[in-house]
This record gives sequence, C-alpha cells and structure tokens, in this order.
Amino acid sequence: MKNIREIALEEHHDFVGAKMGMWLFLLTELILFTGMFLLYSMYRIRYAVDFHNAAMELDVVIGTINTLVLLTSSLTVALGIEALKRRNRKLAKWMVMLTVLFALTFLVNKYFEWSAKIHHGIFPGADELLSRSQGEIIYFNLYYAMTGLHGLHVLIGMGILLWVYFLIARKPSEKVVVASPNVAVLQGAKLVATKGEQEAWVFEEIGDDVSEVEVIVKKDPQKAGIDLPNIIKLENAGLYWHLVDIIWIFLFPLFYLIT
Amino acid sequence: MSHHSHEEVHGVGYGILVLIWLGLVVLTGITVVVSGVHIPAIAVLVALLIAATKSTLVVNYFMHLKYESRIFKIILIMGIVTIAIFIGLTFFDVLFR
Repeated sequence: MKNIREIALEEHHDFVGAKMGMWLFLLTELILFTGMFLLYSMYRIRYAVDFHNAAMELDVVIGTINTLVLLTSSLTVALGIEALKRRNRKLAKWMVMLTVLFALTFLVNKYFEWSAKIHHGIFPGADELLSRSQGEIIYFNLYYAMTGLHGLHVLIGMGILLWVYFLIARKPSEKVVVASPNVAVLQGAKLVATKGEQEAWVFEEIGDDVSEVEVIVKKDPQKAGIDLPNIIKLENAGLYWHLVDIIWIFLFPLFYLIT
Repeated sequence: MSHHSHEEVHGVGYGILVLIWLGLVVLTGITVVVSGVHIPAIAVLVALLIAATKSTLVVNYFMHLKYESRIFKIILIMGIVTIAIFIGLTFFDVLFR
C-alpha cells in the first residue's frame, strides 16, 4: 500500500493586505509632514521678507545634488523590485545596495551642510541666531526640524533597505523537522523523493534509534522560482523610500529656492 | 498562491522607469532655473506645481499605483482630500482673520 503523507512547505501570506497596510501607514506619515508644511506656510506668509533673506544662506548646489541623489535612489529601488519580479536576483541585490549607498550619500551631504551652519552659529538656541529677526529665527528652526525629521526617515529607510538586501542575498532554503514522538511513523521506513513518476532519490532505512529526521530543501537562488515573500518586503521598503523622496521634492523648493 | 496572476508579478519594465527618472531630473532642472527668474507672484505656484507633477510621476510609476487595483487609488485620494481640507481651512482662517 502506498501511503503518502504530505508535508506543506508553503507558508501563507497576504500580499495585498501587506501592501495596503503600508499605504495606510504612508498616509499617516503624509499627515505628519502636512502639519509641518502648514506651520511653514503660515510663518512664511507672516515673515515673507525674513524667509527670503534666510533662504539666501542655504547652499542651492548641495540642495540640488541631494535632490538628484534621492531621485536616482528612487529609480534604483524601483529597478530592484522590477529585477526581483523578473527573477534576476543578482541585479536586484545590486540595485538595493546602490539605493543604500545613495541614502548614505544624502546623509553625508546633510552632515556637511548642517556642520557648516552650526559652525557659523546658526542652530536653534544659538546666540548668533537669536540676535537676528524673528522670521529668520523661525525659518532656521523650521529648517532644522523639517530636514531633521526627513533625515531621520532617510536613516530608517536605509536600515530597512539594508535588511531587505540581506533577505534577498540569503540562500533560500526550507526546513522540515520530524521529531519524536511523530518520528515513529518514519521508523523502519525509507525517505523517497520522487520527480513526477520517477524515483529521484532514496535514503537508507530509518532505524529505531533515530529520534529526529530533518529534511532541508535548498534552492539555487538563480534557478529558484519567483520569490514572492521577499518581493513584497522589497516593495514595501520601496514604497517607504519613495515617500521619503516625495517629502524632499517639496522640502527642496520651499527651503532652498525661495530667494 | 495560484491567485497571483502573471500580470501582477510582472512590473512596469526597466525602460519606463528610466524614462520617468529622466523626466524627474528635467523637472528638477526647470524648478531650479525658474527660481532664478524673479517673478514673485507666480514663483511659489510654479514651484509647487512642478513638485506636484514630480510626486504624481513617483506615485504612479515608481510606487506602481497606476497598476494597482482601484481600492489603493481610493485610499490615496481619501488621504489627499483629508489633507486638502486641513490646508484649506487653515489658510482660510489665517488669511481672513
């Protein structure tokens, strides 16, 4: 009698739900930044001239470079998702790593930008800044608060992308362990792997002394099928990353280009 | 996982993504150049219009929203309407106080 016991290797996922959850989270992020943009708008209406003068001190070149860095990082993460969907794991890994490097570039630029300002005594609470007009003080406080919160998002996004990189890079394998007391059903039996009708591989008889049987399925990453669990993780990381880009798309003209 | 049909798994295509990126770079160039021209009345409007156009491109193509099912679009529109109400009411209050 042929007695076949099926062991499910498949995990269960809800990809649409996962993505929807991410979109809902992004909306709360949008509302968070809207509050800050509103604050900016109201003070800009009241202190138009001061805002104009203060903005002259920001470096448009660094701002433009950082805009291009973030736009390009958005492209690379989108290309990474596309590559993973097309089972090109190698390209996906490269693209995600490039995105992480662009994120780092952005943060390094931001570090130099902030350091230069702080060196000139322009930071919240500094005597030099407090000696200026009310509107300029507010402009720079908002500048630090908004680019700071945005920078924090860049840092978090970078961490998430790095985590997804290691998930993609890991050799996919699935493990099934049959331990006592269930192992009794396997004692005195042979493990057989079949490929269609063919017996591909037969293992020696499992004796009474065996207390645990472990079956590990290892896949060749290049030949493995579509990697849905990691695709959704990369897609959600990408969605977060694109939001960070969109926030900057608005921050850039409002802080750097109002001269 | 049989309900995951083929068109869902396949994405936008590398070419379109690169093209969108090119568009975004050009728009960035335009917004920087336009800010140098002194027309204060429309400067903010033009800057925000360009930023909105760039965001639309990012959302539709990079974030794949154009190819998602309708419920995702409804969720985003609801969010944008909510935010528009916040902004609208605040401006109304400050400008006509």
